[in-house]
Amino acid sequence: MLTFTIRRLVLSIPTLLFISLVIFLLLELAPGDPMAQVPLTVPPEVKEKMREALGLGQPAPIRFWKWLVQFFWIEPQVMIDHYFGTTFSQGDLRVISWQTRSPVMDIVIQRMPQTLWVVGTAYVVAIFIALPIGIYSAYRQYSWFDQLGTFISMVGFSVPPFFSGVLVIVIFSVQLGWFPSIYDTTHVVNSWDSFVYQLQQMIMPVMVLALQITAQLSRFMRASMLDNLNQDYVRTARAKGLSEYVVVMVHVLRNSMIPVVTVIALGIPAIFGGAIITEQVFKVNGIGQLLIGAIQANDLPMVQTLTFIFAVLIVLFNLIADVLYGILDPRIRYD
Amino acid sequence: MTELSNPIPSKPPRSQWLDVWDQFKSHRGALMGGILFLLIVATVYLGPFFWDIDATHIDIRARNQGPSWAHPFGTDQLGRDMLARMMAGGSTSVSVGLTAMMLALFLGSFIGVVAGFFKRLDGPLMRLTDLFLALPLLPLLLVMMLLFREPLNAAFGPEQGIFILIVCAIGITSWMPTARIVRGDVLAIKEREFVLAARSIGTADNKLITRHILPNVLSPIMVSATLGIATAIITESSLSFLGLGFPPDFPTWGRLLFDATDYLQQHPERVFWPGIAISLTVLSVNYLGDGLRDALDPRIRGR
Repeated sequence: MLTFTIRRLVLSIPTLLFISLVIFLLLELAPGDPMAQVPLTVPPEVKEKMREALGLGQPAPIRFWKWLVQFFWIEPQVMIDHYFGTTFSQGDLRVISWQTRSPVMDIVIQRMPQTLWVVGTAYVVAIFIALPIGIYSAYRQYSWFDQLGTFISMVGFSVPPFFSGVLVIVIFSVQLGWFPSIYDTTHVVNSWDSFVYQLQQMIMPVMVLALQITAQLSRFMRASMLDNLNQDYVRTARAKGLSEYVVVMVHVLRNSMIPVVTVIALGIPAIFGGAIITEQVFKVNGIGQLLIGAIQANDLPMVQTLTFIFAVLIVLFNLIADVLYGILDPRIRYD
Repeated sequence: MTELSNPIPSKPPRSQWLDVWDQFKSHRGALMGGILFLLIVATVYLGPFFWDIDATHIDIRARNQGPSWAHPFGTDQLGRDMLARMMAGGSTSVSVGLTAMMLALFLGSFIGVVAGFFKRLDGPLMRLTDLFLALPLLPLLLVMMLLFREPLNAAFGPEQGIFILIVCAIGITSWMPTARIVRGDVLAIKEREFVLAARSIGTADNKLITRHILPNVLSPIMVSATLGIATAIITESSLSFLGLGFPPDFPTWGRLLFDATDYLQQHPERVFWPGIAISLTVLSVNYLGDGLRDALDPRIRGR
């Protein structure tokens, strides 16, 4: 298992390098100039200096190498410096955003908590809703509950987040006026009232994201339970005289959870992609909104870094899913 | 030698597709989904022949009207008829969905068949598929929209250019699941006796693929085709919604929804029409795919 994990980790390095190259080459084609906003009165040689200060003005391979060094070597040093008060990264040039002229990673770190809060809560809520629905629909296959569950998850698949988001805004904040339609990220939780407000503003984005995740997870849970419910070991367990609860909730559930856990792990990076739209609808200024803003403002270092972070998440969670599968299912041995 | 108990068959022979159709008919959700999808497609393509108000005709005196006989879906902030805009937007959205699905399907089946059939290409092609699966798709699509919009607009005109761009972008970022499924099936079918028999009479590789292997992997391809339409329509609408799709005066369902969110408080119904259209189309296509999967699986058929 350990050798498998290490081998996969080593293999993921060329994958990630290749992906970063693809993203870099794509962005190389981009039109637009970071100096377009600079007034015309600025003399050309000053502009050239400014260009160099942003790390431009060199051929593409060198800039790609510099970006790699900045992302993989200097940024970790900055993080170590931040936590331990050391001075490894002093004087090194970091990845600079063209929009704000400040380090990209600082902005990403600022935006991260909002995304993690909303997306993370939605994921946890969805898991807690989806698993019981999946278990019960499989146990009572073709009952009205199962039919209803199938229909709702089909709807969850089909209604895109930009429609369900707008829909809940119309219902709950325009018509009923229960929740604020815009997520206020400057809100500080320091008392019971502010906590209640935080809950209120989180309910709608969480609801929209959770609907999608629930739809997928409950389908998987149901299919996986159905696979196991007709197995011989279930009949044996019943024949032993175990109670129905123990048979379903212990024997069947533990076996059915194996594929579901990997699906949960695989879905986490996809959720960051889905959250781009949800964040846009509810004006949550998280990672997704940062990416949209950077794309519209032609801020290439920011786009490059963010897209690469998404790629890292996907590769990482693929690895985690594979390793989890091996740990949970003793029949699967990679070595 | 034993005689056949009944030398004359009592029933006429049935083709495979008749069986498939019978099974498909018994899945009520799929049948309704199929009918609904055909209805939507017919409305968006044939509707403009019967409802002859131009989708871009501006009648500023009749702006922001509610539903009436003259404008069943009301009018927008410039007095354009919403029903006509919905049909025009729908024909773009559905066309994008169908074309992008076909491109993705062609790429996916081609790579899947080649990877499954030729052992030497299997490794590299599957690594390529894994690489594509590891790409963050929505961010990359957004980046592609940003980069290639100008050159393609210059080459093909604003509407044609963005259509080509969106179809190609969706097509080359959504072929991977099809390729994986097709490869798996080709690997299994390649080892069967009828392929060996065909090879033993000297069938060339390309004939072997087109005559013997492709018809047998048709069912997973058809199922992923239906699901492909659904994802393509949703992706196009998401791009339009994020403001990186079609230009503003060129309606698609996603664009209409995006424009309507500005008037959310005063005219919430304008958000509903495109939203419901997208959701219903995708829902019907999903049910259709569900039914097709059951109907094309011979293990389930006949039960």
